[in-house]
Amino acid sequence: MGARVITVTSGKGGVGKTTVTANLSVALAALNKKVVAIDADIGLRNLDVILGLENRIVYDLVDVVEGRCKLRQAMIKHKSYPDLYLIPAAQTRDKTAISPADMVDIAQKLREDYDFILIDSPAGIERGFRNAVAPADEVLIVTNPEVSAVRDADRIIGLLEAEEKGPGQLILNRLKMDLVKRGEMLSTNDVVEILSIKIIGVVPEDETVLTSSNKGEPAAGDPNSKAGQAFRNIARRLLGEDVPLMALDQEQSFLKRLSRLFSGNSAGMG
Amino acid sequence: MSSLIDRLLGRSSTGSAKIAKERLQLVLVHDRLDLSPEKLKEMEEEILAVISKYVQIDRENVEITVEQRKRDSWLVADIPLAVDDSRG
Repeated sequence: MGARVITVTSGKGGVGKTTVTANLSVALAALNKKVVAIDADIGLRNLDVILGLENRIVYDLVDVVEGRCKLRQAMIKHKSYPDLYLIPAAQTRDKTAISPADMVDIAQKLREDYDFILIDSPAGIERGFRNAVAPADEVLIVTNPEVSAVRDADRIIGLLEAEEKGPGQLILNRLKMDLVKRGEMLSTNDVVEILSIKIIGVVPEDETVLTSSNKGEPAAGDPNSKAGQAFRNIARRLLGEDVPLMALDQEQSFLKRLSRLFSGNSAGMG
Repeated sequence: MSSLIDRLLGRSSTGSAKIAKERLQLVLVHDRLDLSPEKLKEMEEEILAVISKYVQIDRENVEITVEQRKRDSWLVADIPLAVDDSRG
């Protein structure tokens, strides 16, 4: 048994799957867990640049599947995190180059020697998604507080349930508290209520996510990054620690309670 | 009062987040059922037609809705029957 295989998926593209995978990989490795991050987005390789490993690729996932190299040879060891390895996606092939059974096989070979295998799923609900989800013990669904992303997340949760991989746990990414406070963005509670699944983390909109990916050094390694802190918290929750959700919503819920209190009073007086 | 507080805090009680939530909840009912609003309406009409073959329905007060409980959908039908007062 050994490793836990965790797939990061979303349905909609651009919500931050690769950012989440990179940051959780780094955060878990920083907690001395042995981690393999697999980029399952064949043809749109990206996890390598976010992790800063793009110049060290020799072999990729498709090379492993097609027998051009040993699994070990495709694993790139991260210099800053010696417990972290990346298996990059092939850039010049497409999703049909690998099958769900191939992914199960690769995960099986890695299970014994590592603590976590994190799989970055491509967007969509087709072959690439099925490849990424096939070996998963657990699934993390990334969404943004935005109608199209939440709708797609709901569809993914439905598909995961149908495949008996669900319901998974939710990561709400790029929350803008100032907008939530003004009533112009769905809050954490709104999204959780709509999707009815367990939430494992809320990541605030934070420019350090952009600047850190510019440098190829995920924000989870930056002690001053708010988003980095959110990712480190998710990693600890994955390890079973009881870390409360970041206080992003606190002010709002306090005001809500206050306003409820007042409206309750006025109803009593009326 | 709560709207006063909302206004004092610069929050609009008709903010777009509220609209987003309502629209999402509605669209997800149909996504989850894989049934369009028109098809749902058609099904309701058929159900009522079958019941009407046996008993009279108080059509004015019929309420058929799809409720979400956690991630499960429930078809909840409140169908009052018309009592025939002329008998008895």
